[in-house]
Amino acid sequence: MNAESSVPTAAGAVGVARPRVEGRAKVTGGARYSADEPVPGLAFGAVVVSTITRGRVLDIDVAAVQDMPGVLGVIDHRNAPRLNPEAGHFFGPDGGLRLLQDDVIPHAGRPIALVVGETPEQAYAAAQALPVVYDVRPHDTEFFFGHPAGRPASALFDGPVDVGDVDAELAASAVVVDERYGTPEEHCSAMEPHSATAWWEGERLQAVDSNQGPYQIAVTLATLFCLPPERVRIRVEHVGGGFGSKGMCGPQLILAVMAATRFGRPVRVTLTRDQVFLATAQRPATDQVIRIGADADGRLRAIDHVAAFELSPLAEYIEGCTELTKTLYAAPAIRTRLTAVPLDILPPYSMRAPGAAPGSFALESAMDELAERLEMDPLELRLRNEPVVGPVSGLPFSSRNLVACLRQGARRFGWADRDHRPRMRREGSLLVGTGLAATSFSTGAFPSTASITAEPDGTFTVVVAATDLGTGARTALTAIAADALEVGVEKIGLRISDSDLGPAWSAGGSRGTASWAWAITEAAAKMRGPERPATVTADTAHLLGELPSRERHAYSAVFAEVTVDPATSEVRVRRLLGLFAVGRVINPLMARSQVIGGMVGGLSMALHEEGVRDPVSGRHVNPDFAGYHIAAHADVPDIEAEFVPDHEPGLPMGVKGAGEIGNVGTAAAIANAVWHATGVRQRQLPIRLDRVLED
Amino acid sequence: MTNDTRSVISLRVNDATHRLCLDNRRTLLDALREDTGHTGPKKGCDHGQCGACTVLLDGRRVLSCLTLAVTAEGAEVTTVEGLAGDGELRPIQQAFVRLDGFQCGYCTSGQLCSAVGMLAEHAAGWPSAVTADLCPDGPAPALDAAEVRERMSGNLCRCGAYPSIVRAILEEAR
Repeated sequence: MNAESSVPTAAGAVGVARPRVEGRAKVTGGARYSADEPVPGLAFGAVVVSTITRGRVLDIDVAAVQDMPGVLGVIDHRNAPRLNPEAGHFFGPDGGLRLLQDDVIPHAGRPIALVVGETPEQAYAAAQALPVVYDVRPHDTEFFFGHPAGRPASALFDGPVDVGDVDAELAASAVVVDERYGTPEEHCSAMEPHSATAWWEGERLQAVDSNQGPYQIAVTLATLFCLPPERVRIRVEHVGGGFGSKGMCGPQLILAVMAATRFGRPVRVTLTRDQVFLATAQRPATDQVIRIGADADGRLRAIDHVAAFELSPLAEYIEGCTELTKTLYAAPAIRTRLTAVPLDILPPYSMRAPGAAPGSFALESAMDELAERLEMDPLELRLRNEPVVGPVSGLPFSSRNLVACLRQGARRFGWADRDHRPRMRREGSLLVGTGLAATSFSTGAFPSTASITAEPDGTFTVVVAATDLGTGARTALTAIAADALEVGVEKIGLRISDSDLGPAWSAGGSRGTASWAWAITEAAAKMRGPERPATVTADTAHLLGELPSRERHAYSAVFAEVTVDPATSEVRVRRLLGLFAVGRVINPLMARSQVIGGMVGGLSMALHEEGVRDPVSGRHVNPDFAGYHIAAHADVPDIEAEFVPDHEPGLPMGVKGAGEIGNVGTAAAIANAVWHATGVRQRQLPIRLDRVLED
Repeated sequence: MTNDTRSVISLRVNDATHRLCLDNRRTLLDALREDTGHTGPKKGCDHGQCGACTVLLDGRRVLSCLTLAVTAEGAEVTTVEGLAGDGELRPIQQAFVRLDGFQCGYCTSGQLCSAVGMLAEHAAGWPSAVTADLCPDGPAPALDAAEVRERMSGNLCRCGAYPSIVRAILEEAR
């Protein structure tokens, strides 16, 4: 297929609302997650994590637990296998992977030992009893914008830009908003704790692991343990959510491999919930300053967005907060700069809608403040600044349907009746307000391979190392393969979730479906060629380079209505509506679930989620679901989501990603609604009771 | 290991009896998952904070991670595997599939068992924190969306499938 051509698809499976292919398995308990896999002769590993934030391990008294019932042994930095320091991931080498290599403690919650026992109870009892002596050193976990350790963030993406003359444009603006916004540490909090089971079959390492991409994880694991990649196989049938936290080679897998190697039998390592909080990636806190200047008629003259985020010296990472600012609105001058602040914390990593979720909270809050100062409808302000080409890149948009999202959403929400002044609506004792946000999330694809075999019975076996975290990938890829092969879905046998199936991108970056679909459609095109081979394989690596440079994004407009009780400061979201332009919708039932789920996550980010650290100990004080609240049933209204017609011309089937866009705009829409209800701006998330409290 | 730390019990799960010699520390959740082969109930937090381990104990919903297995002797345990009789899905299971009341599915067995237990509680006249009329002689509270959300709030879902779950439960309640 040539880049930028649109794929002709017969009226087929794509676009049809279908329940998930694994639906029955999931409602009968038959779906197997990684800790559910029965493995004969299994031993259990319990992880011991550091209780101090920085320092050294002086002693781990293994003898004190060695004779406890069922204990097979303890692995720590004195007997663990040596790991390859070059192992890493997307951002380069990652010191977070180098567990049990020395006595250094770089952050609280760092795994420092694994106790292996015959049963989970025996392993955990010994892990709890294991005496550890520390040499405690001073730590720094206090994040703020002007931290002296701050340095320019890696420019692998979301690098600094400076177009036009920002200072002159700001000086010439009729109105300037200059405000600071913050978001706290947030945790992915997938319901399934990370679990891995590893064992050796002859020379081959086998593992069942909860992750977002078995192929990528297998490559990392092989590098880490200095094994040829073909000697590592990782499977992952069902995954209980990821949201970014399972994108990397997790501590559960590294430790399970160490233990399986040492004890010569299968070992399962499942993190406890507090360890999921402490030892698997979190979204870093951000501190952002935005200055927006506009003429009196609402036309933007300049946006200046500087953002800082925290990270660890162990690993590079980018929380690309300013990415949105470069493409969402037209302005003659745009300047962005990202600062990374190294602290003694767990290396942060992507959490759902990385960069965009905190970045859009700042940008879309600032736009709302601008509308307020201009005494203008926030909807109109956004419509008035719609760009023709990428404001920074100068590139054309592949397709841009933000205006359709805004207009249709406004109609459906009843936005036209809104009095834009704050604190004008009351129902009984409650203050009522509405707010909106416009957003985008970049779209694209990464290299993947797929193969298709025409079976003698007329069916097709479609093989791609995809994963289904609950995104509906199994169901969506089945439909895509059926249409690409011009057969019914019943003719498709899909195999995913196995690193042996060949190179493939992970479920992440809103690029899973697009990447895998591309490989499948390529293979299908070969299959339907004149030679009609029995088995075909396609690799999209070379095609990605042919894709012309464009601004490629999914878009959405989110509308929220909240009530605020002035007596208790309680904020309740009463209505939430999202309009989405996500390219062609493969399966409306699942796509709606995915974007609604994203909005639930955004609501949770707006009102509830905050990883709190004790500055004295440097530790998280709320690493469980009692202290770190994620939205529950009672927090969530009946959310509406609709899709506007959209098509991504550069990608097969016209798809864009839907994984992150749902999450992006919701926090700002809710914060803007809280302002509208109360007249008080919420520039720091979450919107806690004490931040809403009336004087 | 002495008899002080282990007990032999009979556990009834989904109409089958299992004779087990268990570590007294073993939770009902771990006994189901590790000893009787019922991996439908899930361990999301092991602290009674997420609801993924919810099963029915004599028809009432309980958090199996906070229940010691030895205390369940003599009770009838129903897990998600036991909800569908003879291979036919219950209407509420069908509604979850049709309305897409899950994404990753990890919380689903807990949501389903909790919903079945909750509907029984409601049918028995139990009020909730959002029930307006708490008069014991009054009519049973209508089961609207607000009631369902309140009563189901012990079952977290990070995928955010709540709206579809509530719809599926309300369909079952009708």
